[in-house]
Amino acid sequence: MNRAPTVSRIDRRGFLTAAGAGAAGLAAGGAARAQAPASAPAPTPDPAITEVQDWNRMLGDGVQARPYGKPSSFEKDVIRRDVEWLTASRESSVNFTPLHALDGIITPSGLCFERHHGGVAEIDPAKHRLMINGLVDKPMVFTLEDLKRFPGRVTRAYFLECAANSGMEWRGAQLNGCQFTHGMVHNVWYSGIPLKTLLDEAGLKPNARWLLGEGADSAGMTRSIPLDKGLKDCLVVWGMNGEMLRPEQGYPLRLVVPGWEGNMWIKWLRRIEVGDQPWHHREETSKYTDLLADGRSRRFTFIMDAKSVVTNPSPQAPLKHKGPNVLSGLAWSGRGTIKRVDVSIDGGRNWRTARIDGPVLPMSLTRFYVDFDWDGREMMIQSRAIDETGYVQPTKDELRKVRGLNSIYHNNGIQTWLVRANGETENVEIG
Amino acid sequence: MSRSVKAALGALIAVGLAGVVYAQQRPPTASPAPAARPAAAPAPAKVGLGRVALPAEVAAWDTDIRPDGQGLPAGRGTVKQGEEIYQAQCAACHGEFGEGAGRWPVLAGGRGSLAADNPEKTIGSFWPYLSTTFDYVRRAMPYGNARSLSDDETYALTAYLLFLNDVVKEDFELSRENFAGVRLPNADGFYDDDRETTERAFWQADPCMNNCRPEPRVTARARVIDVTPDSRSGPRVE
Repeated sequence: MNRAPTVSRIDRRGFLTAAGAGAAGLAAGGAARAQAPASAPAPTPDPAITEVQDWNRMLGDGVQARPYGKPSSFEKDVIRRDVEWLTASRESSVNFTPLHALDGIITPSGLCFERHHGGVAEIDPAKHRLMINGLVDKPMVFTLEDLKRFPGRVTRAYFLECAANSGMEWRGAQLNGCQFTHGMVHNVWYSGIPLKTLLDEAGLKPNARWLLGEGADSAGMTRSIPLDKGLKDCLVVWGMNGEMLRPEQGYPLRLVVPGWEGNMWIKWLRRIEVGDQPWHHREETSKYTDLLADGRSRRFTFIMDAKSVVTNPSPQAPLKHKGPNVLSGLAWSGRGTIKRVDVSIDGGRNWRTARIDGPVLPMSLTRFYVDFDWDGREMMIQSRAIDETGYVQPTKDELRKVRGLNSIYHNNGIQTWLVRANGETENVEIG
Repeated sequence: MSRSVKAALGALIAVGLAGVVYAQQRPPTASPAPAARPAAAPAPAKVGLGRVALPAEVAAWDTDIRPDGQGLPAGRGTVKQGEEIYQAQCAACHGEFGEGAGRWPVLAGGRGSLAADNPEKTIGSFWPYLSTTFDYVRRAMPYGNARSLSDDETYALTAYLLFLNDVVKEDFELSRENFAGVRLPNADGFYDDDRETTERAFWQADPCMNNCRPEPRVTARARVIDVTPDSRSGPRVE
């Protein structure tokens, strides 16, 4: 499982020894004072204890008042959010997972970010079909019931990251919050069958090399996928986090393409065509190609490289207390399993290895923690993911040196949060 | 029926009952470019679910076009015919000359801008293949009324978009017969993912842990740009 050793209490104090002031070039904000720690003893008894509360006296809702439960009303701010100026229309747009308010590695179904190109297709599952055609022995049609009867059903957790996640940050720090800078990602337990099962059922012709996945929505989303990938680990799924897919995640059927850019995970999946060459459709020519500085572009940049972000503290989750604090974040890689995550609080001068907890799965979000004591000093927090192939998450500047500023997609550069003396946290670039 | 039961039982025995869930989710090996499939692999046994797709069903859904013209329907359309359709059904979003209205996509112009600071990526400046235009327009446009254009209308619109991008003259007619002869300016502007070569340096055996760089300075702050939505924006959860 390659767990990093737990950082001891002594190390937690030591974690701050290398912290530089790092305030050079900042607008003067030095007068800000850290708030008094909330752990100071209250001079008078706490009414939350001494007074009888309503919930302590009166009956609450009965068991069927909430046939499908929702979060507490006190959690009403933990929602998907969008950035209206990003797109011309909300039907072809994106919103963001509130990563700063979540823990562990599984994203609640109702908070998984959405990215549609023609709105949410509302499909009657009885009228949904999956067709397999092209270079096959027998073109076939399957109903949802057919698919659920296939042997070899699997359940797996994978991250899905939009190729454009962090894309607004290529030219510099723009959005204040990891929900907006990193929230085009979710991690879900899927249930379904291997795509290979269906290709075997139709029978592949010897010259088969590529697949085309197609959606049933008004955008008719299509992507070309190498046959090797389809046979290796792609899934056709109907379940997410134990229940049926949500409409906004492709109900009743979705393609899962582990480790590869989210655009390829065709929702409302209705057809797989088998061919001998790629189709070069709109979503792999006009879009999801990466323009480099010389004016030429990479195409078929399928894999999402190793990436991480500290979700707490972050701009939407500032530090509120001196003393013991928990730094937490997520790491993931499309090339396999996360082997290690390092954290810096001095802008990358010195690094400590974080503690990884929970399942460490290939091509899945992985949770890391650093327990530390904060003395109120300014910090420049970064995290750096390392995957099983030895790939080390690069800085944004290292990426820009190779790719320039206009590639839009695949920004997996190291994120810096500036934690100021009053605990407020900002998205910054450092040089 | 009995065969699927047998197959399921066989699978149960093969998997066994031990092992945590994620032991089944084994790390993959690094994935290279697609290679040829090994020849003469034994055909897997059929489960017997699903049915044969009828030719009319395949024809209804399989409308995709490839750069070599595979999938093109019979038909034709002129720049002039395309202009009429475009003004009626497309110009409101994409502008009278493909320049884009508001934040809607720009379809024409931008030639020679790809290496500039603000590249303008259009059909004429960026797209490699004409087949993509025909396929995408017929599949997904007009936005909100997809799949409403006839094959001839799609040929005409594609011809007009070529004209807007200075690829053809105004008397041009596009058809299945001459389609493959049209070459877009940026046809050679793309190459396959080469990150494992050009970004080789990102694979490091022993990344630096101490005194890795000089004292950092803040060079940019998101707060200064201040475009982040506040807590009052975003979709409401009902």
